[in-house]
Amino acid sequence: MVSATSEDSKMAVGLSEADWPPETGRRLSVTRRFLLRPETGGFVSAAVVFSFFAVVAGGNGFLSRLGTADWVDGASQLGLVALPLGLLMIAGEFDLSIGSVVGATSIIVAICSGYYSLSPWIGIALSVVFGILVGLANGLITIWTKLPSFIVTLSSLLMISGGALGVSNWLTSASNITAEPVGSAPGVFASSWEGFDVSILWWLGLVGAATYVLQRTSFGNWVYATGGNAETARLAGVPTNRVKVSLFVATSLGAVLAGVVETLTFRDGNVTLGAQYVFTGIAAVVIGGVLLAGGYGSAIGTVFGSITYGIVSIGVFFLGWNADLTELFIGVFLLLAVVANKRLRQMAVGRA
Amino acid sequence: MCKPIAELRSVSKHYFGVTAVADVSLRLFPGEALCLLGENGAGKSTLIKILTGVEQPTRGEILLDGQAVHLASPRDARARGVATVYQEIGTLPLMSVGRNFVLGAEPTTGRGLLKRMDTREANRLAIAEMQRLGIRRIRDGGQLVGTLSGGERQAVAIGRAVHFGARVLVLDEPTAALGVRESATVLSLIQTVRRQGVAILFITHNAYHASLVGDRFLIMRRGEKLAEFAKGEKTVEEIMSLMAGGDELSGFLAD
Repeated sequence: MVSATSEDSKMAVGLSEADWPPETGRRLSVTRRFLLRPETGGFVSAAVVFSFFAVVAGGNGFLSRLGTADWVDGASQLGLVALPLGLLMIAGEFDLSIGSVVGATSIIVAICSGYYSLSPWIGIALSVVFGILVGLANGLITIWTKLPSFIVTLSSLLMISGGALGVSNWLTSASNITAEPVGSAPGVFASSWEGFDVSILWWLGLVGAATYVLQRTSFGNWVYATGGNAETARLAGVPTNRVKVSLFVATSLGAVLAGVVETLTFRDGNVTLGAQYVFTGIAAVVIGGVLLAGGYGSAIGTVFGSITYGIVSIGVFFLGWNADLTELFIGVFLLLAVVANKRLRQMAVGRA
Repeated sequence: MCKPIAELRSVSKHYFGVTAVADVSLRLFPGEALCLLGENGAGKSTLIKILTGVEQPTRGEILLDGQAVHLASPRDARARGVATVYQEIGTLPLMSVGRNFVLGAEPTTGRGLLKRMDTREANRLAIAEMQRLGIRRIRDGGQLVGTLSGGERQAVAIGRAVHFGARVLVLDEPTAALGVRESATVLSLIQTVRRQGVAILFITHNAYHASLVGDRFLIMRRGEKLAEFAKGEKTVEEIMSLMAGGDELSGFLAD
């Protein structure tokens, strides 16, 4: 191979000496480097709501150990759902069915351990199989039909919640079953220490794993590329369908894990458990800086999004306000976060 | 003269009875740029789709290194050294230069469970290849491609194709949406890559850009080969006139 110089090239296109090189040395400032991190918006959201409630609700116990444990526990349960959902959204797809997978898991675990008095592990194993099947169905149907996953998973959301309710009523004549977990499962999924639930460890462990996958593996590169532009990714040899289906399965399994944790914690199985995650999960992911259209975001961003939600819901509770205000707050933050994240992203690519 | 790397022999393509390409032959030589010119609908796109495995010809042969081949897909074509650089979708703006560069062929380090993408190596490869292409402004492989100019983005896409073994580089309208300065950058990239012994197929409808880098020219019109000539045989005005079909434009240019 002959190494050519730009000297030859500029002569070839008739550029004068003064035009070459076209521009010189522009390095990114530290500020810009911070701003171009996708989780910056989520971090600021979490910091703002924490400061706000620390000031107005600090005296009511928000800053106490119990208050802190409350919002961290809430964030961790939401985070288990939001984390894989964030990865799926980075890859450019949606999953609304999480809202009913949590409830279906809850009823499966409760029927097994409560109604039939089996080991909770049997219910958990069934739920995992169920989650994998739901994820595969969501992914494969989205790919085969080329329909927006929003529609495909809206349909599975309805089918799963209707199906779970039907099965539950048919088997037990109830949609709300007391779970009586015995053995090691409650310790693994529902133990707590000084108010801090073990779900926090699950969450942080999975966040670490997801960050590693996104930042340090080829698969992570494929996730970003698939969401950035699936066609570009395919042309570069990325198996975009495999990436999407894997993440649909991961998202369903995240919902299964949240369902197991909550059912064993509350010792109660309910078909409607987790229905709010359809909204709060997506809100946490978007506040955390994941681009709605895909291709941009981070695992740690979903942590800040989940923490924002956790702080607001517990903060509102400690103030003694109506819980409905939580939704109001989150709605405002969602809007602000989307606007801010869009702006930050434009700054990141220098088009502000 | 050396042997062609790639060759299309009497290739035709019909879609439902409509002829998109009729009996066109072309040869690509190492280190040479062939400019494929023509108006929209002249059959340029179909011809390159055939060469890059997106479409299969109705009639005619594709030869690589003198051997008749069947290109089943773009992936197949790329594995055989025929790469395409698309202007709009060649790179991903919200991913770093290094990550874009190695996409689909990520270098790894470690083994077993610790096998991971070698980001440092990805960035190093990307920057080294950009430097070799004469893009000296980019020094940080972690920079988002969205911060790059249009010409620099093309450099990422072209550098990637060449680095991962392209011997034939198909550039589909690489200067179409670019300004003068950016186009100059891209044209100089083409020159640099050509000098490394890569065969270039440069599709454009800018006769001026073609005249700057082309060694040979092939003008298509209504699916057929209208003219084929070497550098210096025709002026830019003559090329434009041929592309437009002669009469109408030559009258206009004469005024």
